[in-house]
Amino acid sequence: MTDDHVYLSLSEATPEPEGEGRWAYGTGFADPLLGVDTAVPAGLDGADLAAYCLMLGDDALVLSQRLIEWCTRAPELEEEVALANLGLDLLGQARQLLTRAGQADGSGRTEDDLAYWREEHEFRNVRLVEAPNGDFAYSIARLLLFATARGALYEALAGHADPVLAAVAARGAKELAYHREYATAWTLRLGDGTPYSAQRMQAGLDAVWPLLEELFTAHPVELRVGVDPATLREPVLRSLAAVLAEAGLAMPEVPGLATIGGRAGRDGVHTEELGLLLAELQVLARAHPGATW
Amino acid sequence: MVTGTATARERAWAVAAEVPDPELPMLTLADLGVLAEVEVEAAGAVPTATAEAPVAPAEAAVTAWLTPTYSGCPAVAEMAADVDRRLRAAGYADVRVRLRLDPAWSTDLITAEGRRKLAEAGIAPPRSAAERAAPAASGGASPRGTAPPLLTLGPTRHLVACPLCGGTDTEELSRFGSTACKALWRCRDCREPFERVKEI
Repeated sequence: MTDDHVYLSLSEATPEPEGEGRWAYGTGFADPLLGVDTAVPAGLDGADLAAYCLMLGDDALVLSQRLIEWCTRAPELEEEVALANLGLDLLGQARQLLTRAGQADGSGRTEDDLAYWREEHEFRNVRLVEAPNGDFAYSIARLLLFATARGALYEALAGHADPVLAAVAARGAKELAYHREYATAWTLRLGDGTPYSAQRMQAGLDAVWPLLEELFTAHPVELRVGVDPATLREPVLRSLAAVLAEAGLAMPEVPGLATIGGRAGRDGVHTEELGLLLAELQVLARAHPGATW
Repeated sequence: MVTGTATARERAWAVAAEVPDPELPMLTLADLGVLAEVEVEAAGAVPTATAEAPVAPAEAAVTAWLTPTYSGCPAVAEMAADVDRRLRAAGYADVRVRLRLDPAWSTDLITAEGRRKLAEAGIAPPRSAAERAAPAASGGASPRGTAPPLLTLGPTRHLVACPLCGGTDTEELSRFGSTACKALWRCRDCREPFERVKEI
């Protein structure tokens, strides 16, 4: 490398076969399910499987975007790296799940089509993941709830009839275990810290708790092709109770956030926050359609 | 299985197995356990290989399967491109690289040689499956099923030796390091920070 500017020097470097120049142009291997068998197993409805993958993929994509917002804003560099790492895991899961959705419904839509070119009401994520980050305690409380529930769901989905969904879930369950450990460690540190840190952690939990119930509320698609999330309520609440007891925090007793005539995130009915998040997520792809680098 | 084909497969494996990992370049993809399988067939449908006349690379179709480490590992595309490039450079004309998601990658797949190379490079290797099964290992085994695994609420208890001085008075600074697969540790004996490959 001779030039001061890394990208300029890359474009001038020897491209083949092992020169650094190859880094400048991408690899051409962009498919997160490269060469994986894409057939939908007999007995599974492709449209239902696609809708289900979209729900789980949108959860992961939107929370990934929220976590990455902590870059440059976290209390310590290590936390910034950690939160970005969690976001990266979720982004990887989202890429596989969205790609699977585009295969299963026969539309051939890619992960990018689905991430960048759907409107707010077409997103199927739960409202828990779209809520703004709030303070660090709120973000940790949200992460604790999500990672506990999603880890349990992935464990249950590891035996799913669709081999792609089963593989994503089996991989994801181990990743979510790390996320839950991270959120648990901070919940203990803040809850069992000073009176002020405990008060802030409790406030974060109280504020996020109304969004928990939606994770246990089944959409018809989930009942047809996935795991009934209501079966996760008891084990997830038991696990959360154990963490809160250890941290000296109270389990909030608040009703779930109201729905619109029974419709919520899984039906495309979101809070106003999702539109703002998507505007930032999608602006570049929409300003330069089809652009590559 | 025709002997000639097996030889061709071993030769193709040897080429793909030499590809270094982009983020842990002291390891090959085979050391890391990312290279799952390599298959060689005669190009076209006509089986020409015999024990006397093994398939020549230029006439062989090679398929290499990779198992990604983490869902979001950004190096997967680069690994696939590197394997493709190395096989073509070795004379194979028909090369396919595929991902295999099941079974999921685990640090148990890192070879003994891979663990040795990591330690030599100053990165603490993860424990092997046998080491983790030892009675001294920490708890936290997760029963399969719908119930979330039992939590270990205390700090991690198992011993991680410093790869620089061999000291055992070490502590985890952050579970998340410079890449998805590494955590940040420090040694209180020699006062040096070091990285450790996370067990998963």
